[in-house]
Amino acid sequence: MIMHSILAHSAIISPMLRFLAAWMLVLSFALLAQRRLLSLIRLLAWQGVTLAVGTALVGQLTGDPILWVSAVLTLSIKGILMPYVLHYLLRRLQVRGDVEMALNVPSTQLLGILLVVFAFSIAAPLDGYLPAATHGMLGIALAAFLLSFLMMITRRKAISQIVGFLAMDNALFFAATSATLGMPLIVELGIALDTLIGLVVIGVFFFQIRDTFDSLDLHYLEHIREDK
Amino acid sequence: MIIFWVLVLAGAGVPLLAFLGGGRRGARLFLLLNFLVLIACVLMAVQVATHGIIRAGGDEFRVDAFSLLLALVNSTVGFSIAWFSHSYFPKEVRHHGLSAGQQKLYHSMFQLFLFTMLLAVLSNNMGILWVALEGATLSSVLLVSLMRKPQGLEAAWKYFILCGVGLAMALLGTVLLYFAAEPALGAGSDALLWSQLHAHSAALNSGVLTIAFIFVLVGFGTKVGLAPLHSWLPDAHAAGPSSASAALSALLLNVALYAILRFKSLLSGPVAGPFAAHLLMGFGLLTLLLAAFSMFRQQDVKRLFAYSSMEHMALITFAFGLGGPLAVFAGMLHMLGHSLAKSSVFFATGQASQEAGTQDISALNGLLHSRPVLGWSVLLSVLAILGMPPGSLFFSEILILASAVQQSWQTLPFLLLGLGTVFAAIYPRLQGMLLAPANSLPHRQSGVGGLLPVFFQISLVVILGVAIPGQIELWLHDVAGIVQ
Repeated sequence: MIMHSILAHSAIISPMLRFLAAWMLVLSFALLAQRRLLSLIRLLAWQGVTLAVGTALVGQLTGDPILWVSAVLTLSIKGILMPYVLHYLLRRLQVRGDVEMALNVPSTQLLGILLVVFAFSIAAPLDGYLPAATHGMLGIALAAFLLSFLMMITRRKAISQIVGFLAMDNALFFAATSATLGMPLIVELGIALDTLIGLVVIGVFFFQIRDTFDSLDLHYLEHIREDK
Repeated sequence: MIIFWVLVLAGAGVPLLAFLGGGRRGARLFLLLNFLVLIACVLMAVQVATHGIIRAGGDEFRVDAFSLLLALVNSTVGFSIAWFSHSYFPKEVRHHGLSAGQQKLYHSMFQLFLFTMLLAVLSNNMGILWVALEGATLSSVLLVSLMRKPQGLEAAWKYFILCGVGLAMALLGTVLLYFAAEPALGAGSDALLWSQLHAHSAALNSGVLTIAFIFVLVGFGTKVGLAPLHSWLPDAHAAGPSSASAALSALLLNVALYAILRFKSLLSGPVAGPFAAHLLMGFGLLTLLLAAFSMFRQQDVKRLFAYSSMEHMALITFAFGLGGPLAVFAGMLHMLGHSLAKSSVFFATGQASQEAGTQDISALNGLLHSRPVLGWSVLLSVLAILGMPPGSLFFSEILILASAVQQSWQTLPFLLLGLGTVFAAIYPRLQGMLLAPANSLPHRQSGVGGLLPVFFQISLVVILGVAIPGQIELWLHDVAGIVQ
């Protein structure tokens, strides 16, 4: 009877999980292409929500209440609080809305496609160890990780680098959910605490940068030389 | 029980200092807290000496010889930093016009940093180890940027982003570790406990573990200052207050390497074990040479000694990569000696550059004549860091070289080249700082009370070198059994 209900669940839930994984990848590409800061933050919030829904679905699949706690934490921190704080900083610091990129959009997108191929080739040998419901998802998580990294290194503004950094974090959580069906609760709580401290630090830090340079453009932060 | 006391004392200081951390009172409270933490750590050492490994909170906290030695050195240096900071920081406050809020930020973030360093070594959970190292990064970023000089902000940003990326990779490594452990140990918190993992290491999938180790090595290696992701290290050391530079070098680098070694001890297979060891040796040698040759170009005294930290960490990484009882003993002894000596160097040169108003080496002259106590503390601490006898770094370096000859003689020329270059880069600068005629009087003369920890710690280094206490020696031998 129990066996039957799990089967019924997984028949519905695994396709949904796979859909979410694909959606995560689409969001990562969108982050890579997006030039406006406000939209970047909105995309990041969508990633957080996707992650929370994914965690909840895995929780439904395994019947593990810890994953529901984790889903609620993810939704409140990554889906709501983090984008809100970034949005607040954007308004308070009056950053201009456009992002200057070190590389143009088409080239970064092409580079992104190569990264996805690379990520899938790394993850392929590990796929055999994955739970049946999450086959192929580790590759997507790894791809999202690399895409966020690419986004971080091609941006010039402090806020967009932070968005890339947080997107990388999201991808890692996605990897944790898909590969191991979530981390132990105590670790999840610790990571959530770190994220909160991190938000405070980022906030204080941005104000320091703005007060010193009157700008959040990282051009100003390229002056340390080895031999003065 | 005593483990909780250590953590509660260190952790309770964070909110306390956030509210009461301003002015003289804050500095005194910071000193008192770290004195209590030191006493608690010594009591913990007594317990470990009598009972062996101690545990708390189920199996979540666990203290063996490896973690105990690092907890001891963390709390000793933590206390010294608080002592030094008590006289050093108020002058920085006056000089840079820091507000009461910033002073509270400094003390509470510093305490948070010291707390995470203790949590990292006392926890038995590999996930919590990651959480503690992430907390250490976040808290020290604001220490580096405290002065709000453009240079400090730039260094802090670089530190934040590079170490953030490094820690993300380490988290991926931790996730993969859990992934490998789950089939053998079942889901839940037990599957990340180091003692459990170590006991069942033969049952873990070694392919997954190897991939996990690569991520962990590159990730936490960023924090150790291993090439090629080391570039945050000299900048962060040079830009922050000297108390923070001492803390980064003496605590953070060690604990990050500790995390890598805990991971490495889980790779036991006939293929995976040697592979990890070779990776450590390779990264160690590369970093050693890179740091040594970068030293010649440095004009800034704190940058120079930041590169020296990289060099020493590289040597320690190499020693642990060599493996074997002798090399591990030497590596661990070198870790302890380096922490004590390098924090002393930053205390001494920190005060010198505060008085002179510059970190430029060529402007720091004639210290031995104009400021004898300061001059002697620079002399002694730099000689100790150069590995002069009778300091313990001399003996640990000799032992590392000896085990390199035994186990992998091909590496010897590179080691000698690195160590010789370091000596050639630092020794002439030391002579200039101490003996060259003083070209200008120091701007701000200050008392020498803040330099007491230098003499205290250098005596400890000498004791470790010539008359190492039997119990410490036993623990050092135990480490070889833990990391193998």
